[in-house]
Amino acid sequence: MTTHIRWLIVIILLSVFSAWMIIPKEENIVLDFNNDDEPEFTFLGEQPLGLDLVGGLRVLLQTTVDPSTYSSEDLQETANNVSRRVNALGLAEATIQTQGIQRILVELPGETDRQRAIDTIQQTALLEFVDFTGMTLTDIQRLEGQRIITTAQIELGLTDPANSTAQRNPLTGQPFGTGLTGECLGAASAQYGQTSQIGGNEWFISFEVASECVSQFADFTGSMVGQPMALVLDGVVLSAPTVQSQLSTGGIITGQFTEDEIQQLALQLRSGALRIPLQVESAVEVGATLGQQFLEDTIRAGVLGAIVVFLFMLIYYRVPGISADIALFVFILLNLALFKLLPVTLTLPAITGFLISIGTAVDGNVLIFERIKEEIRAGKDLNSALNDGFDRAWQSIRDSNISTIIICGILFLFGQTPGASIVSGFAVTLAIGLILNLFTAVTVTRTFLYLIAAISRKQLTENQWLLGV
Amino acid sequence: MFNLVEKRRWYFILSALIIIPGLAIMGYSWATTGAPFRLSIDFTGGSIYTITFVGEGVTEDGVRTVFEQNGDENPIIQRLGSEDETRWVLSNPTSESTDSDVVTGEILDDFAAAGLDGSLAVGYTDGIGYVLNFSSDAITEENVRSAFASLTGEGATLTETPITTYSIRAGFKETEAERQALEADLEVLAPIDRGSFSLETVSPTVGGEVTRAAALAILLGALVITGFIVIAFRQVPNAFRFGVCAITAMVHDILIMMGIMSLLGIILGWEVDALFLTAILTVVGFSVQDSIVVFDRIRENIPLRLGEPYETIVNRSLWETIHRSLATQLNAFFIMIALLLFGGETVQHFIFILFIGLLSGSYSSLFTAVPLLVSWEKGEIPYINQDGGEKYKEAMA
Repeated sequence: MTTHIRWLIVIILLSVFSAWMIIPKEENIVLDFNNDDEPEFTFLGEQPLGLDLVGGLRVLLQTTVDPSTYSSEDLQETANNVSRRVNALGLAEATIQTQGIQRILVELPGETDRQRAIDTIQQTALLEFVDFTGMTLTDIQRLEGQRIITTAQIELGLTDPANSTAQRNPLTGQPFGTGLTGECLGAASAQYGQTSQIGGNEWFISFEVASECVSQFADFTGSMVGQPMALVLDGVVLSAPTVQSQLSTGGIITGQFTEDEIQQLALQLRSGALRIPLQVESAVEVGATLGQQFLEDTIRAGVLGAIVVFLFMLIYYRVPGISADIALFVFILLNLALFKLLPVTLTLPAITGFLISIGTAVDGNVLIFERIKEEIRAGKDLNSALNDGFDRAWQSIRDSNISTIIICGILFLFGQTPGASIVSGFAVTLAIGLILNLFTAVTVTRTFLYLIAAISRKQLTENQWLLGV
Repeated sequence: MFNLVEKRRWYFILSALIIIPGLAIMGYSWATTGAPFRLSIDFTGGSIYTITFVGEGVTEDGVRTVFEQNGDENPIIQRLGSEDETRWVLSNPTSESTDSDVVTGEILDDFAAAGLDGSLAVGYTDGIGYVLNFSSDAITEENVRSAFASLTGEGATLTETPITTYSIRAGFKETEAERQALEADLEVLAPIDRGSFSLETVSPTVGGEVTRAAALAILLGALVITGFIVIAFRQVPNAFRFGVCAITAMVHDILIMMGIMSLLGIILGWEVDALFLTAILTVVGFSVQDSIVVFDRIRENIPLRLGEPYETIVNRSLWETIHRSLATQLNAFFIMIALLLFGGETVQHFIFILFIGLLSGSYSSLFTAVPLLVSWEKGEIPYINQDGGEKYKEAMA
């Protein structure tokens, strides 16, 4: 009996925790154990929903040039550029990821202006060498990572000076002057070695200027010897080294850089020079109101179906049915909590997978209860009937769940193909349901059934109708 | 105990009556269209538009012409929804803000404050304003006007406007500019409710990848399930026989799903997509699991009832597990019927075919896999275990 009480406490604690997890919260819960501002765990306040439900845009882009002409880091940097530009549109929940060596997947929940979004994504990165004459070290530190407005951006029509919130030159109140754009950059690479007569080895960037821009670059750097020159990518200041002398065909950038920083900067410079054009391979656009209706319809249908399942178990199995219903309730709580914890993005197929797992979750209970009924009909007493019922049904429950879990694994793999991503959601929720079911159908049901049996042994022994016999 | 297994010929005939016409339909479809089913853009590439036009005068021919002018040879156009559907359109609402998101919020707040039934979805379309989509039919003009009284002052109009919704399947466009040109031409017919707009477009390259991945998934599924059956029955005498019967039941379910899908493709234009494959594999998982439960029981009963004829043992096992099979399937069906009747439209086809598959799966475990086992034992299947019948009679004597 004490085992059952112990399990009861565990189940109650788990359920309370799950219920608390499920309640929508304004903010994410962040756990940062060593206080380094890089949280170890982030729990979402709101259940993330898929594009098909909230509306929005998903675009799969493919590079139009031969993949052997760039590295996977270059593709990643192109994706970072897309990400930076998309964030500039104010789309906070965007996800951008590379897939394989040729593709970038962009998801923009809530975005409904496809034209604007795709135009933004397909732009190639704008790298600028910007005049920072007169800036102090403090100014530069303040501007690093910030968005600034420059003359080249205005000329190219990328920004509207009247409405832009980007930083202006604090000394003049005007947009910053662009000396040179990325088209002029020939090559850029991170290198390690000696950069001056007296210094030791250090990391630096070596870059070359395209031949048609050499005189322009010489004029620009010649006018700003001793002054800082900012490297700006898509309007964001990356770094602002000081120009040591007039440059023409190229130069090096040094500073107190770590290896990682210098590799990153070199990639960023290259992405501004090397253009990896992207074309749309597949796109999904869902209007916002469409998804909302599907979500409401599906939830209503799911609740209705679940109520019928609850009633069926209660009417068909009576007292054991009560324990099965409690187990099913715990099952639903645990599922919903896990969806948020992991997190699982719920799409319509994902919700369908979860609902079907509710329907099949009682399978374990059915197997157990049918066994118990048989044992009682065979004349066993209540306790041994319960024990045999659970023992004998376990193997069937395990085997039958495993075969479907394996299938879910295959479906999940199939869903990794960009064109079939809709399948993964179904596979994930169904698999989670089947795995949790091994716990709830057996342990939770057993705990409650034994407790009920302990409380009302007399009635149950005298009236077998209560056991569904 | 009623002898379920005795009537096995009838079960086989019933299955054949569904499977053979299904195969014929697939053959017919193959001969006429080049594929046993209608394949969706997931596999072939292409575009599916769902467009709601707000206003009168949009016809299927008008839509077709626009697509043809934009280089789509044979768009497949289907009208969705009923003839007399309307939406309320709120133009120039009286609001301090011009930001459409803010105004949308105000509209939703007013609707909530009015305490009307159901829910409201709002989509903003340039040129016409806010298209209101009420989930309840019980909302009257009076309700609408009083709910949005604060937003419908000077200059604002609130009108009930007829809508027509089409689903259009067309080709894949290489560039965003081409897509924009097409949509601009469509807007000329009537304003499009952007809130209800959806577009799914897949390049032939991606479609080809999905096809290959699907073939791989089927192959992997077949291998893994066979492996699983071998392991599950490794200690049983005649394990091979059990395995073959379980797999036959599984193939039975797949053929029924494919046949029905092919038929629905011809009649209703249903298409086979990535989710159809998902339904097939899910059914395979459940079907095998059903067969295993019955076989488990047979395995358990054989040593317990040594004197009984094989057929009786099998029949007994069937009866002992039939409650479980029915109870489990019923619960899954409750959920699926609810989803079919009230669920979101986009997964209806998926749920329907899954439902058919699970129905067939329940049937085939009890009425295909198990009777087949008996036929095998008694040597009733041509060329297989022919001396079984003799042995069986001897054992009986």
